Amino acid sequence: MADATETGEPLFSAKNRKTFKDPFMVNNPITLQVLGICSALAVTAQLKPSLVMGIAVVFVVAGANITISVMRKFIPGRVRIIVEMTVVATLVILVDQVLRAYAFEVSKQLSLFVGLIITNCIVLGRLEAFAMGNKVWPSFLDGLGNGLSYAAVIAIVGFFRELMGSGQVLGFKVVPQALYDNLGYTNNGLMVLAPGAFIILGLLIWVQRTVSGHLED
Amino acid sequence: MEYINLAIKAIFVENILLAYFLGMCSYLAVSKKVPTAIGLGLAVIFVLTITSPVNWFIYEYFLKPGAMHWTGNAKLAAMDLSFLKLISFIAVIAAMVQIVEMFIEKVSDTLYNQLGIFLPLITVNCSILGGALFLVEREYDLAESVVFGSASGIGWFLAIVSMAAIRQKLRYSNIPDGLRGLGITMLVTGLIAMAFMAFSGISL
Repeated sequence: MADATETGEPLFSAKNRKTFKDPFMVNNPITLQVLGICSALAVTAQLKPSLVMGIAVVFVVAGANITISVMRKFIPGRVRIIVEMTVVATLVILVDQVLRAYAFEVSKQLSLFVGLIITNCIVLGRLEAFAMGNKVWPSFLDGLGNGLSYAAVIAIVGFFRELMGSGQVLGFKVVPQALYDNLGYTNNGLMVLAPGAFIILGLLIWVQRTVSGHLED
Repeated sequence: MEYINLAIKAIFVENILLAYFLGMCSYLAVSKKVPTAIGLGLAVIFVLTITSPVNWFIYEYFLKPGAMHWTGNAKLAAMDLSFLKLISFIAVIAAMVQIVEMFIEKVSDTLYNQLGIFLPLITVNCSILGGALFLVEREYDLAESVVFGSASGIGWFLAIVSMAAIRQKLRYSNIPDGLRGLGITMLVTGLIAMAFMAFSGISL
C-alpha cells in the first residue's frame, strides 16, 4: 500500500487542498450535489440545533470516510453497502449517546434527525464516491471538507430562519423592541414552519449557483 | 374512525415529506418525470407498509426496556437495548428491501421492471427510517403502525407525483439561470407545503 508519505506527496499538496476546498463552492454537497437535504431543512428552525447537527455530521462523515478507506481493500463489492451502513450507524449511535449525555436539551430538539444522519445521502455518497477508492489522508480531508461545507450551509439557513422567524440569534433578541412597538414589525411565523425552510434554502441555492456559475438545464 | 383520522393526519396534515422533510433526496432526484415518480412513490408505499409493522414488532419484543420478559429470563427482561434501535431498524429495512426485490422479481416481471431500479434507492430513503423512528417516539400499537406506515407512504407518493407534474410544466417556462432545476424546485415545494398547511386542524 503506497502511503502518502512514501510516494513523497506532501500532506497539504495542491491536490489535497483541492479535495478539501472544492466542496465549499465548486461542488457543494447541498446546493450542487443535492445531498443531505432532509436534515438541512428539518433542524434549521433555530441556529443552535443547526450548529450541533453540523458538528455531528462533520464527525460522522470524516470518521466513516477514514474507516471505510482503511478497510476498502477488504470489503467485497457485493456487500459494501451493508458494511458502509454498519460503520455509519455505529458512528451515529456514538454521536447520539454523547448528545444525550452532555446536551440533552439539544438532543431532544434534534430528536430523530440525529438517527437520520445514517440515511443522510452525503455520508453514503462520500463513502461510495471517494473513500472506496482513495487513501486514508485524502479521504479524511474529503470528509472534513464535505462535512464542514454542509455545516456552513445549514448554519446560514438556521441563522436566517431564526432571525426572521423569532427575531433572535442563538436565543438572544437582536431585533430591537422599539421596532415591534413603534413600527408594528412582527416576526414572520412562516419561517419557523416547513415552507420557510424550503423557501430560504431555495433562495440560498439561487444565490450560490449564481455566484459559482453552475447552470442546470 | 380513529384509524381514518390517523391516516388523514399522516397523509395531509403532517405529510412526511412536506412537514418533516423526510425522503427529500430521492424526492428531488426522481421528480423530473411523472411515470418514474409514480414508480418510486408506489415502491415507497409498499416498503413503508411492510417495514413499519416489522420494526414495531422488533422494538416491542426485543429492544424496548423490559421488552424481553416473554423469555421468562429475569436477566434478559431487565435489559434495555433501545440504543440499538437505529442499527437494527436500518438492518431490517435493508433486508426487507432486498426480500421485496427478490419477491417482486419472481412474481411479476412488469412490476419488477417498473420498480426494480428504485428499490435499492429506498434503503437510504430517510422516510422509511424516519417512519420507523416515529412509531417508537409516538408509541403506536401494531394496527396504528400499519395505518401510519401506509398513510405516510401515500402522503409521500402524493407529494412526489404532484411535484413531477409541476416540473414537467416548468420545463417550458422562462426561469432565471441560477434558479433553474434545484432552486425553483425548492421554492415550488415551499408553496406546496404552504398549501398543505391549510389542512391543519382537520380532524374527523
